[in-house]
Amino acid sequence: MELICPAGTPAAFREAVEAGADAVYCGFRDETNARNFPGLNFTREELRQAVAHGHAQGVHTYVALNTFMRAGHEDLWYRAADDAVAAGADAVILADMALMDYVSSTYPDQRLHVSVQASASNVDAIALLVESFGAKRLVLPRVLTVPEIANLARNVDCELEVFAFGGLCVMAEGRCSLSSYVTGQSPNMQGVCSPASHVRYREDGPDMVSELAGFTINRFGKDEPAGYPTLCKGRFHIADDDGYAFEDPVSLDVMEHLDALRSAGVTALKIEGRQRGKAYVAQVVSSLRAALEAPKEARAQKLTQLHRLSEGQRTTAGAYEKKWR
Amino acid sequence: MLLPRPLSLTIDKLPVALVQRVVNQAFHRALQQHPDLFDRLGNEANKRFCFAPTDLDFVFLVHPESKFIHTFRKAAQPRADASIAGPMLTLLALLEGRIDGDAVFFSRSLSVTGDMEAMLALRNALDDCSFDLPRDLAAMAGPLALPFRRIAEVIRHRALKGMA
Ligand code: SF4
Repeated sequence: MELICPAGTPAAFREAVEAGADAVYCGFRDETNARNFPGLNFTREELRQAVAHGHAQGVHTYVALNTFMRAGHEDLWYRAADDAVAAGADAVILADMALMDYVSSTYPDQRLHVSVQASASNVDAIALLVESFGAKRLVLPRVLTVPEIANLARNVDCELEVFAFGGLCVMAEGRCSLSSYVTGQSPNMQGVCSPASHVRYREDGPDMVSELAGFTINRFGKDEPAGYPTLCKGRFHIADDDGYAFEDPVSLDVMEHLDALRSAGVTALKIEGRQRGKAYVAQVVSSLRAALEAPKEARAQKLTQLHRLSEGQRTTAGAYEKKWR
Repeated sequence: MLLPRPLSLTIDKLPVALVQRVVNQAFHRALQQHPDLFDRLGNEANKRFCFAPTDLDFVFLVHPESKFIHTFRKAAQPRADASIAGPMLTLLALLEGRIDGDAVFFSRSLSVTGDMEAMLALRNALDDCSFDLPRDLAAMAGPLALPFRRIAEVIRHRALKGMA
């Protein structure tokens, strides 16, 4: 299986290549991709250089253009697609069907991947995207079990990529409005969930309180591992209970299911984390590369350090194991 | 990993003006070698960032746009738009992008307050800059540049092992 690795900066891109990525995915410095964070992402020139560096090392570059176009401003997304193709991107990762239509009709030879943000998770939805736009690969939402993934793989006519490690988006991706409900911005349109501009942390005695747009999202006791103030991982007061309503602050790790995913017919494993630093990229990519190449019994040992990099310092296999509440 | 107590006590005894001179020189040298830092910072270069090592009695206020760094005693509590507090060696490792800032934050060894957009832009800008403090600052030691660099590299190696 291919290892698809994140890069938010050229430095992280080089780390990913060096650590053993088969392909690196990245985006431009604007709202055309779902990690539109301050100081992150690539200029056109940086992308050209990254693609060339990747090709020299036999590594592919995928460009994420995976937000939904704003009516009246489609040009921003069309130009981004033009520039990604011109830079030599090995694939563009798209969510908006109108952008898929633009790319497949303007650049019929350009390899097109469907982003997780498109939320295509059944045979009919995937078949439509393959037939209409010639999609070669589909990134599956993190809401399916391994048997469901295997069933899809048998019945669709394209490659499947699944998330293996990193931040966990627990809702039907591309459809979650929690962030826009509170901040007016969402990953789907502006490319950012729970934007940093709306985040505040404050010390309250020994506790650390995280806030989003003035709402308290969580309170961490002294030395309790912390997480981002995303609404889906907030602690809520419901009836007589205080607790996590949707999901705890936790990251995804499905490396235990590697063999099952391989025999299910999965083509590629994706690491989440374009917003993370190059040290994260280097460590996660090299650990997963070592685990992929190790025999089953030696695998766990290659991954021991990874929980320390995870949100809340814990990991879960999420829906892949279907043990959610 | 904290600075050894005797070392932090010694540094704390130094006059603010002396620390300011050394820090200012190091800051300008590092900026000269990494002018690309400002490109990623964008408008956030106009914010005031406070770095507060928890194992020292000094804090450092940085205003990237005017290429200004100022040293204060902790009690002075200078006003900043965004602040980061953690052990000195952790802050230096973050500056070099050798450890992942989010992971250190999750572990609670680091606290961040104030304008998170500015802080994130700074983190991403630093991460792409490839600072290498022993290499970048060695020339400040004049004829002792080489031993300075070697010793600094050994200290960094040990500190990073302590954080792993
Ligand atoms: S709130 Fe949670 S589920 Fe919704 S987009 Fe953000 S990370 Fe994903």
